[in-house]
Amino acid sequence: MVQDRHCLDCIDLGHQLMELVTATRSAAGSKDKGLTLTHGQPSSMVRMSGKTAISVAGLHKGYGDHDVLTGVDLEVPEGSVYALLGPNGSGKTTVVNICSTLLTPDAGEIRVSGYDVQRESDQVRRSIGVTGQFSAIDDYHTGRENLKLMADLNHLDRGRAKTVVEGLLERFELADAADRRAQTYSGGMKRRLDLAMTLIGSPRLIFLDEPTTGLDPRSRRELWQIVREQVADGVTVLLTTQHLDEADQLAHRVGLLDGGRIIAEGTPAQLKSRVPGGHVEVQFTNAAALSEVAAVLPEATSDPDALTLRMANDGVASLRRLLDRLDDDAVTDLTVQSADLDDVFLALTGHAAETRDGAEDETKLERAR
Amino acid sequence: MSAHATPRSTTYVVRDSVTMFRRNLRHWLRYPSLAIMLVGQPIAFLLLFVYVFGGTLGAGLSGVAGGGGRGDYLVFITPGIMVMAVASVALGTAIEVALDMTGGIIARFRTMDIAQVSVLTGHVLGAVVKTLFAVVVTLAFALLLGYRSEAELADWLVTFVLLGLMAFAMTWLTVGMGLAADSVETASNTPMFLVMLPFVSSGFVPTDAMPWGLRQFAEYQPFTPMIDSLRALTSGEPAGNALWLAVGWCVLIAVGGYLWSRRLFTKVPTK
Repeated sequence: MVQDRHCLDCIDLGHQLMELVTATRSAAGSKDKGLTLTHGQPSSMVRMSGKTAISVAGLHKGYGDHDVLTGVDLEVPEGSVYALLGPNGSGKTTVVNICSTLLTPDAGEIRVSGYDVQRESDQVRRSIGVTGQFSAIDDYHTGRENLKLMADLNHLDRGRAKTVVEGLLERFELADAADRRAQTYSGGMKRRLDLAMTLIGSPRLIFLDEPTTGLDPRSRRELWQIVREQVADGVTVLLTTQHLDEADQLAHRVGLLDGGRIIAEGTPAQLKSRVPGGHVEVQFTNAAALSEVAAVLPEATSDPDALTLRMANDGVASLRRLLDRLDDDAVTDLTVQSADLDDVFLALTGHAAETRDGAEDETKLERAR
Repeated sequence: MSAHATPRSTTYVVRDSVTMFRRNLRHWLRYPSLAIMLVGQPIAFLLLFVYVFGGTLGAGLSGVAGGGGRGDYLVFITPGIMVMAVASVALGTAIEVALDMTGGIIARFRTMDIAQVSVLTGHVLGAVVKTLFAVVVTLAFALLLGYRSEAELADWLVTFVLLGLMAFAMTWLTVGMGLAADSVETASNTPMFLVMLPFVSSGFVPTDAMPWGLRQFAEYQPFTPMIDSLRALTSGEPAGNALWLAVGWCVLIAVGGYLWSRRLFTKVPTK
């Protein structure tokens, strides 16, 4: 995964640098507070209606002696994206399963779309869409048949069903594979189909449980784009992820789940400001160029043997200063490494983001029951 | 909101069940090997009993002047073979349900505002259709082997209604077994007794040929009145009390199986 992210960052670098420059320029001349510096960062222009889509208070859930959730509180305003960030076994899936009526809580007040999840589960189900961690498609049906099945179960009339199904096939780039069995789909296509099935009934609130786990970087980006389009339409999203960059890309607010409770919450920027930021690493072609740059950037550390220079990435100004000093010919590589989940956990909990003791896999536990 | 005063989940039972029924039939078409195995089983038994055992067993049939032959035995066991077709498809349903429960799509269904029971009724309705299909194929084989019936069309209609009812009852039971099973292997083992029970009934030899204890069991177990009814109907004779007893057993098994399955389905969390 680390390698993956490295790779992603490399691909992304061009965009990031370009956006950085543009962002700095417009930041200087405009008062647009919605503008943020990272590529693809969700706009803070959230279409919030002021209502609460999900409200969880004092949620407890355990299996036998093992407590999975020990008092979770969270509020998700309508039209916003909330990311539950945490390692395996931290209880993310359990929160989603309880909010989506799949599991019953041991204690707590949980309201989804204004309805009580236990007493008014029909109304809750009518208002939500769920894409779980495991592929929830029918392998023996074709892509089109899967969508048709969902249209029927959403009780759409024939004409409307056809329009919606064909529209989703186009939009999710599944039209060419529409008449192939879902069994034969790639991981990315299965995920897209899964999400398309969730969206058939036009839910105003969707749950995405680790939506990009197991996807290659490209499919991951495509999925992020789809989620952003939903958010632009005013849909509320609760997603779980193990990756800080995913929360950063999509969420307005992030809750850090550890030991069965939310230990930190805030905007991605707020969370990142509490952890050591990432760093920039430059690979030089020759020692002379390296020492030249190192001389004017005293805060950077250089490694003469490896011909690399490393500098904390603490904002645009320092990056700009670094870029200004670089000579095209003397540099072969430049990577921006952002803080990852481990950095966040280490900073906020004092321990690494490891699976909890004895927790095994949360899902395994549920299955075993 | 007043339009939704009654939850959709009760309003849409029929519509959702039909949707799930279509899904079930599509699985059968897309994954025919299970279907072939299940239809093949009664046919294999038919061939085995007629050609391997038929000569000897037919000669021992009481009530046939001078003993019967292979042909008489074919007529005698055809109702039992039809019941085996019912049991065979019911067994397949337990496997299908268990397979279905391991897939992520069930979690999707559970979070949708649909009549939840339709997830199960889809399997049951599918099984009834498959059973009737399996019976027709089996009967076609029997006809090829020389089976002839003197029954009227009306008798055959009643025969098929009874077979449908039996399939309905037995699949509610095996749906429960599929839900209760912790693996697909278990789901394919527990309903095996349904395939074995017809052997200890009036299906393959007259019960009065059995020793006392076994005979009591054979006479009172549910398959015997079912087979007796089918035998009477397909030979154009009045079925009498056996028919009512068979229908009674079916209703009892169906209701019990339904209640058990419904309880298991609503209790089991994401599996």
